[in-house]
Amino acid sequence: MTAPSRIRNFSIIAHIDHGKSTLADRLLERTGAISERDMREQVLDDMDLERERGITIKANAVRIDYTAESGDSHQLNLIDTPGHVDFSYEVSRSLEACEGAVLVVDASQGVEAQTLANAYLAIEEGLEIIPVVNKIDLPAADPDRAAEELAKVLGGTAEEVIRVSAKTGAGIDELLEAIVDRLPPPGGDEQAPLRALVFDSFYDTFRGVVSSVRIVDGRISRRDRVRFMATSLDVEAAELGIRRPALEVVEGLTTGEVGYLITGVKEIDLIRVGDTVTHTATPTGQALPGYLEPKPMVFSGLFPTDGDEFERLREALDKLRLNDSSLVFQAETSRALGFGFRVGFLGLLHMEIVRERLEREYDLDLVATAPSVAYVANLASGEQVAVRSPQDLPDAGSLISIEEPYVKVMIITPSEYIGTVMDLVQQRRGEMGEMTYLSPERAELHYRIPLAEIVFDFFDQLKTRTRGYASLDYEPDNYQVSDLVRVNILLNGIPVDAFSTIVHRDKAYPYGKAMVGRLRELIPRQLFDVPIQAAIGTRIISRETIKAQRKDVTAKCYGGDITRKRKLLERQKEGKRRMKMVGQVEVPQEAFVAALKLET
Amino acid sequence: MSGTDHGPRTTDDTAELPDSAALAEAASSWRSAYVHIPFCARRCPYCDFAVVAADEPGGGEIERYVEALLAEIGMEPGPFPVDAVNLGGGTPTRVASLHLGRILDEIDAHLGIADNAEISIEANPEDWTDNRARELRSMGFNRVSFGVQSLDPLVLHALGRAHSPEEATSAVIAARSAGFNTVSVDLIYGTPEESDASWRRTVRGVLALEPNHLSAYALTVEGGTALSRSISAGAPAPDPDEQADRFECVDAAAGAAGLSRYEVSNWAGAGHACRYNLSSWMMGEFAAFGTGAHDHRFGVRSRNIRRLDAYLAGIGAGERARSGSERLDAFESERERFMVGLRLAAGVEPGLVGGPFLASEEGRRLVDAGIVGLGDGRIVVLRPLLTDLVARSVLSVSPDDC
Repeated sequence: MTAPSRIRNFSIIAHIDHGKSTLADRLLERTGAISERDMREQVLDDMDLERERGITIKANAVRIDYTAESGDSHQLNLIDTPGHVDFSYEVSRSLEACEGAVLVVDASQGVEAQTLANAYLAIEEGLEIIPVVNKIDLPAADPDRAAEELAKVLGGTAEEVIRVSAKTGAGIDELLEAIVDRLPPPGGDEQAPLRALVFDSFYDTFRGVVSSVRIVDGRISRRDRVRFMATSLDVEAAELGIRRPALEVVEGLTTGEVGYLITGVKEIDLIRVGDTVTHTATPTGQALPGYLEPKPMVFSGLFPTDGDEFERLREALDKLRLNDSSLVFQAETSRALGFGFRVGFLGLLHMEIVRERLEREYDLDLVATAPSVAYVANLASGEQVAVRSPQDLPDAGSLISIEEPYVKVMIITPSEYIGTVMDLVQQRRGEMGEMTYLSPERAELHYRIPLAEIVFDFFDQLKTRTRGYASLDYEPDNYQVSDLVRVNILLNGIPVDAFSTIVHRDKAYPYGKAMVGRLRELIPRQLFDVPIQAAIGTRIISRETIKAQRKDVTAKCYGGDITRKRKLLERQKEGKRRMKMVGQVEVPQEAFVAALKLET
Repeated sequence: MSGTDHGPRTTDDTAELPDSAALAEAASSWRSAYVHIPFCARRCPYCDFAVVAADEPGGGEIERYVEALLAEIGMEPGPFPVDAVNLGGGTPTRVASLHLGRILDEIDAHLGIADNAEISIEANPEDWTDNRARELRSMGFNRVSFGVQSLDPLVLHALGRAHSPEEATSAVIAARSAGFNTVSVDLIYGTPEESDASWRRTVRGVLALEPNHLSAYALTVEGGTALSRSISAGAPAPDPDEQADRFECVDAAAGAAGLSRYEVSNWAGAGHACRYNLSSWMMGEFAAFGTGAHDHRFGVRSRNIRRLDAYLAGIGAGERARSGSERLDAFESERERFMVGLRLAAGVEPGLVGGPFLASEEGRRLVDAGIVGLGDGRIVVLRPLLTDLVARSVLSVSPDDC
C-alpha cells in the first residue's frame, strides 16, 4: 500500500507514430519493470499468462515502481488513452483518472491537430502537462522548432520542454524525475466512502467484463459488495489486480491507486466507462461527475449482400457490442436492400472499424449506405423528430425546419496550404473561426462546419490538398437550422435509400447530377433500359439511362472449346457474386462504396 | 468409302431445315473426326488458336507433322465410324493435297467414314485455285469453308489477312464449279476499322455469291493476342453495341437470301447445316487428332498437347500426345448439354436442368424479359446475342434442384 503522496498517475498523449509506445517501453525498461534483455521474452510470457487466465488485457494501466534521485520510492501508474477523436469521451475518462499527462511531439513533425485536441482535453480536465519532444536523434529532427510550437500551444516556455529519444534512451531519466517533481499526487479521502471511476471496460470471453478503475476516495477490497451507480448494479468484487506489466492479483486498492476489477458480470452494458463504483452497504452520496451515455454521431445502414445472412449480421453486431457499448443498432427494412440494420457510430473511424471487423472477423459481405448524421425535424405540430436516415425525414408538407449538427473543427496545416484549406472548408459550408500561427511555417485554423459535410471525404480531401501535411480534429458543437432537402435516387423508378441523402439545397443539383452520372458508369447494363433519376420530392433534377445490354455471347463455340467455355462462364459467374439485386436491377458492391466517396 | 458398322444415319438430313429440332436431335448421335492443321503463313492479330506461323521458330515442319498425324490416327484402338470429318486449323490448305488425301485415307482405314459423310476443309481464299479445288474434291472433300472475314480491304488489312476481296470471290466460285456440295463463307464483324456501310457491302457482296452456308463471328479479343496488346496500348476495342447492329444486319440479310440461322453465328440453306458442328453442339462424340485438338468420346473430354515440338516428341515416342482429360459426372454433362444446346436456334430439350432453371428466380426474369422462351417443349434463347448471359444463369442450377 502506497501513500497517495508517493503516487503519480499519468497518461502519454501523442499523435500516431510520434513514439508513444516506444517511450512507454523505455520507461518500463529504465525503471526495471522489464529488463532490456528480457523485454521481448517477458512480453511473450505475459501473453501466455493472459491466455492461461483467459484474459486479454488491453494495455490500459501499468504500475511502475520508481526510486527518484532523492531516494524516495514512488508508484507511477501509466494510463493508456485511445488515440482518436471518435473516442474523445473515452479519452476524457482516461484523463480523468490521471493528474498529469506527458505530451509527446515528434521532433521532425511538430504539433499535430490530434495531439493538440487531446492536450486541450487534458488541460480542461485540469491535468499538469509535461511537454516532451521525442526522436531528437533523427537527422531530420528540429527539436528547437517543435519545442517552440509546444511552448506556444501550452503557454509555457521552450525551456520546460524535455527532449528525449525513446529509441536511444536519451532524456528518459530527466523525464522520470519530471513526472515525480512536476505532477501532483492524487487527492481524495481515504476515510470517505468508496468512489472509484471506471475509465475503461472490456469484455473477456472467459471472465466477463473487466474494468479499469481509479480509486478516487476510500478503498476497495476483494469480496466487497459494490454498486455500479449508473446502472444500480450490485455485485461482488470477485478479483482485483494490477499490471506490472505482468498481471498481479491484489487484495485491495486504495485512494489514488489504479487497477482492474472483475465481477463476473457478462453484459458490458451494465458496466460502462464513466460510471462510479461504491460500496453497496455504505454508498457515497455523490457519484463522480461526467458520466455520459455514449452518443452516436454518424449513422449508416448495413445490409448483408445475401439476404439470408441477416441473422448472422445480427449475431455479429451483438458480439461486437459486448466489447463496445457505444455501438447502437436497430433493424431496418429497405425497399432496395432488404433487411439490415441502422447502426450508430461515434464517428467515421468508428464506423470504418466496425464495418471492417464485421467483414473480416465475421466473414460477412455487406452493403453500407451513405453515412448520415442525426438531423432534427421540427414539425408543424410542434413536435421534434430525430432523423437518423434520409427515409425518416417527414414529408415536406408537415415540416417547418430541419436542424443539423455542427462540429468545431481544428486544422493544423503548413502555412503554404492555408488558401486551399480555406477553399475546401468554404465548399463545405464552414464558418471561419480563429487562426493562429504556431510558427511562421504552420498555422492552426478553427472552423464550425456541419458534421454532414465532413462525414463523406473531407479528411481525404484535406490530405490530398495539403500533400498529407495537414491534420484534423473535431468535436461536437450545437444544432442549427439549415435549408436542407432530401435528394432521392431512383433506379428503374424505385427510390434506392442507399443512395438517397439529405443535403443543403444549394448542393442538391450537383449532388444529384454527380450521383446519377457515377451510377451510370458503375452499374453494368441490364436486360432492359434502366433509368437513373435524382429527385427532390416529385421533381426530377437529373436523369440518365443505362441502355439494355445487347450482346453477351462468345461468338465462336466449337467442340474443343466446350470445357474452356464452361470454365470461363463459371469464372464470370463467380465475378457476379458481389451484386445486389435492387428491384430488378443488379447493382455491384462497388457502386455502394463509390457512392460514399462521391465528390460534389 | 467403307466402314459403316453403326449403320447409316437414320435421319436423312439432306432436305432438313438447318434450325429444325429433329435435325438437332439426330445430330446428338452422330460421330465425327477433327484433324488440326496448325500451320499458317502468318498469325492473324486476333487469333489464339494452336497455330505455327511459317515465320515463327518451328515452322517448316509440315511433312514431319503429317507423318505424326498419320501415326496418331494409326493408334486408334478400333473402328469409330464417323458421319463427318473436319480439317481445321490453322490453315489446312497450307498442306499439299496429296498429304490431305493420305490423312482422309488413314481416317477411313482406322475409324471408318460413312458413305454420305460430310468431309469438310477450312481454306484461305489465297490458297484456293481451280486446280486445288478439283484435287480436293476428287479426294472426297465435299464441303469447304473460306476464311473470307470481310470484303473491305481496310478491314482485311486490320485483321492481318493476306487475300483480296476479289480472291475471296473467285475462291467461292471455283469451289462451286468443282462440285463442292456445301460452300461456306466465314465473316468477322465488329472490327473497329469497319463501318456500318462497309459491313452492309460485305454482307451484300457475300450473299450475292449465293453460298449455301454462312458463319459470321463477332470479333473477340482473346487474351495474349496482338489485338489484345494493341487495345491495352490504347487502340480502339470492338464495341458490343456496334456488333449487335452488325449481327442484326447480317441476320436479316441472310434470312432474306434463304439462309436460316441455326446457331448464334451460323446460317445455312436446307440440307447444308454443318454436321460436324451440329453434332459437337449436341454432345455428339468426336475423335480428334493433331496439336491442341480436343477429343470427346465415351464420356471423356481429352485434349492434345498444344506445342508442336512436344506433340511431335510424344507421337514419336509412340503415345497419344494428350495433355489432359476430364470426365463429367451425370449432372455436369447434362448441364453442359443444356448450356451448349442453348446456342441452337432449335433450342434444347429441358432434360433435368431446364425445369429447375425456368423455375429459378434468374430463369423467371429471363422469361419475363423475353430473352428465354419455351416452344414445342424446347427452351430457346430468343435473343441469341445474350446466350452467355442465359448460360451463366443455368450455372446456378445445382444437382439438389433437379
